[in-house]
Amino acid sequence: MALRNIALLCGRTRGVLATRGAAHFNFQPTEAPKEYGEERTKMNLCQAVNNAMDIAMATDPSAILFGEDVAFGGVFRCSLGLKDKYGSDRVFNTPLCEQGIAGFGIGVAVAGSTAIAEIQFGDYIFPAYDQLVNEAAKYRYRSGGLFECGKLTVRATWGAVGHGALYHSQSPEANFTHTPGIKVVVPRGPTQAKGLLLSCIRDDNPAIFFEPKILYRLAAEEVPTGDFMIPLSKAETVRSGKDVTIVSWGTQVHVSLEAAQLAQEKLGVSVEVIDLQTIQPWDEEHIVQSVKKTGRLIVSHEAPKTSGFGAEIAAAIQERCFLHLESPVARSCGWDTPFPHVYEPFYLPTVWRVFDSIKKTVNF
Amino acid sequence: MLHIAKGRGLARIFSRRFATAQDRDDFRLQEYSQKYLGYRKAAFTEKLELIDSSKMAAVPIYRVTDGLGNFIDESQDPNFGKEKSVRIYETMTQLNIMDRILYDSQRQGRISFYMTNFGEEGNHVGSAAALESQDLVYGQYREVGVLMWRGFPLEQFMHQCYGNSMDIGKGKQMPVHYGSKEHNFVTISSPLTTQLPQAVGSAYAFKRQPNNDRVVCVYFGDGAASEGDAHAAFNFAATLDCPIIFFCRNNGYAISTPTSEQYAGDGIAGKGPGYGLHTIRVDGNDLFAVYNATREARRVALTNKAVIIEAMTYRLGHHSTSDDSTAYRSAEEVQTWGDKDHPIERFKSYLLRKGWWSDEREKEWQKEVRTKVLKAFGDAEKTKLAHYHELFEGVYDELPIILKKQRAELDEHLAEYGDRYPIDRCLKKD
Repeated sequence: MALRNIALLCGRTRGVLATRGAAHFNFQPTEAPKEYGEERTKMNLCQAVNNAMDIAMATDPSAILFGEDVAFGGVFRCSLGLKDKYGSDRVFNTPLCEQGIAGFGIGVAVAGSTAIAEIQFGDYIFPAYDQLVNEAAKYRYRSGGLFECGKLTVRATWGAVGHGALYHSQSPEANFTHTPGIKVVVPRGPTQAKGLLLSCIRDDNPAIFFEPKILYRLAAEEVPTGDFMIPLSKAETVRSGKDVTIVSWGTQVHVSLEAAQLAQEKLGVSVEVIDLQTIQPWDEEHIVQSVKKTGRLIVSHEAPKTSGFGAEIAAAIQERCFLHLESPVARSCGWDTPFPHVYEPFYLPTVWRVFDSIKKTVNF
Repeated sequence: MLHIAKGRGLARIFSRRFATAQDRDDFRLQEYSQKYLGYRKAAFTEKLELIDSSKMAAVPIYRVTDGLGNFIDESQDPNFGKEKSVRIYETMTQLNIMDRILYDSQRQGRISFYMTNFGEEGNHVGSAAALESQDLVYGQYREVGVLMWRGFPLEQFMHQCYGNSMDIGKGKQMPVHYGSKEHNFVTISSPLTTQLPQAVGSAYAFKRQPNNDRVVCVYFGDGAASEGDAHAAFNFAATLDCPIIFFCRNNGYAISTPTSEQYAGDGIAGKGPGYGLHTIRVDGNDLFAVYNATREARRVALTNKAVIIEAMTYRLGHHSTSDDSTAYRSAEEVQTWGDKDHPIERFKSYLLRKGWWSDEREKEWQKEVRTKVLKAFGDAEKTKLAHYHELFEGVYDELPIILKKQRAELDEHLAEYGDRYPIDRCLKKD
């Protein structure tokens, strides 16, 4: 896997007693490879998502975007301008009902049109759980391929935002990775958001695309302006190293990168950081190759530790790489609690917790 | 004009335009009417009165024939003609015979499960005959007559019940979970009511096609109507102006739960106006009424207005082969319903009156159908299952790496322990 240029915004560490409003990480932009297109412009993650949907709708006349509040531009402005450009029959508000949004989206896809269904907060995806898990994921399988809803993509906001507490901070991916038949994808930045979202929309399987809300405005980089797609089920090595492998996704990739830099500076430990990108079906092979090289693995995610996707990675890697492992697979994750409000700095797997995990792993 | 006056440090804004109470009322009534109440006429009342719906008359039940099958208002006769009428009758009776044979076959341990359609043949075929073949149908599980009307072959029903290698559903689901792309009948799934919002989405997609000539018709029962997905679907369909017909088969029972324990309002039709749906309640055992209502519903739906039809009927059979309904209702109740109101009997009386059917033909037909059904059944029973590798197919559009590995793992296991598995029931790999 070729290295991407990593521009560290700054190497300064972050105090636990962060000032209110300061994020728990620094966004590390990456330079998009040439094959995604030469012409670039600065976009934040929100604009990148908007751009991806614009391109999807321009290239696919059947594509429609719907959900709560998307018509005026969306509560996070991701659909800004799209109704004016494509018409209110293609970009429209639905009533406030996630099970309706998901079911409706499945039906649109079954009829052969591309459905981009927005769930305003991943925390509110659960009314749609039956439709997604019992219906969308199983449509092709149960009908012997006579019917399918591959043209459905569900977009939902995701992850810690600094003050979101129980119901505006969740990372629900593990609730879906246990269900064969859907794809689950999480981008770490604007370029990935655009390329991965276009892949999800165009992939012939129902997909859930989780957008880290804290990155909407905070993550900005030069993003190729053209129509490009990043393949699904392919992990990306964002930082190369030889002593420890960290696997992460979304916002936590940047926390891991910062911890890796610290480990290099303070411990002389060379850490490889991999962005999983597609959580399901995941790129097991890529991780295996890395762990065979380093012999040590840490999985880090915001979601609670128990039964988080880190558990699956840990189980699979110890199966595949048992004799290569120098230390147990470690998981640096959120605690097994609902997501708290004022205790967020203590809940999150911060740079310091990941750093400490690296330290314990190499000293095992 | 705005006057801004300051008094004791507070700014007060007075508007001359809304000086009078009447002005204020007019403003609000117009806002409420146009923005809150869908342009319905809005009015204030000073009388404190709670609406008690239990005191209101139920939505009337549209019918064309009386209990003996005679037309009450001849102008409502859809005038099917002989060919169509005979086809309708043959479909209803073929369904009835197939149901009896397949129910018994489950009792004999030959198929694992079955659900009959006894008593509902009229609402199936009446509505199916009013739809066009290009209309997309979503079902619940008790709408076999719709699929049969559309031409789904007898053998295919059997193959699906056996889940054999000829099953176009590839043996993935329990019996009666039929589906057919060719016949525009979306594959049945067990979770109830999930098909309702999906049907709305498909209808919306059709609406966007230029010169759309397709409606979606989605069937569901009185019990299924209680699920949240029904509320979601009704609301989306009306709000988004979808070309959809919601067809509720109110057959009095959801397994053992009678309708008196399912809802307290005016059935399912009573909900319709609340959502902004065009609504009609029909005599579900009066095939002509079901036909006429569905025909009209289709016409309205094509103007992009959602319609709900509640067909009143009675479930003569058990819920399924896992149910013995004598545990919660008397045999006498079932018998009485079957005697006083059977959709097949009512339609038959019309055929006989017209001279398009006879007792002789009936005997012939029963024999003919039994033979056909038993032959199809026997063939299906003899057909092997697909190769067990089929179990890994169709999870995604392409077989993912992990399933290739797991499939190989199963093969390795079977190489050693294969004699413990029903491999002989499956086709061999070619």
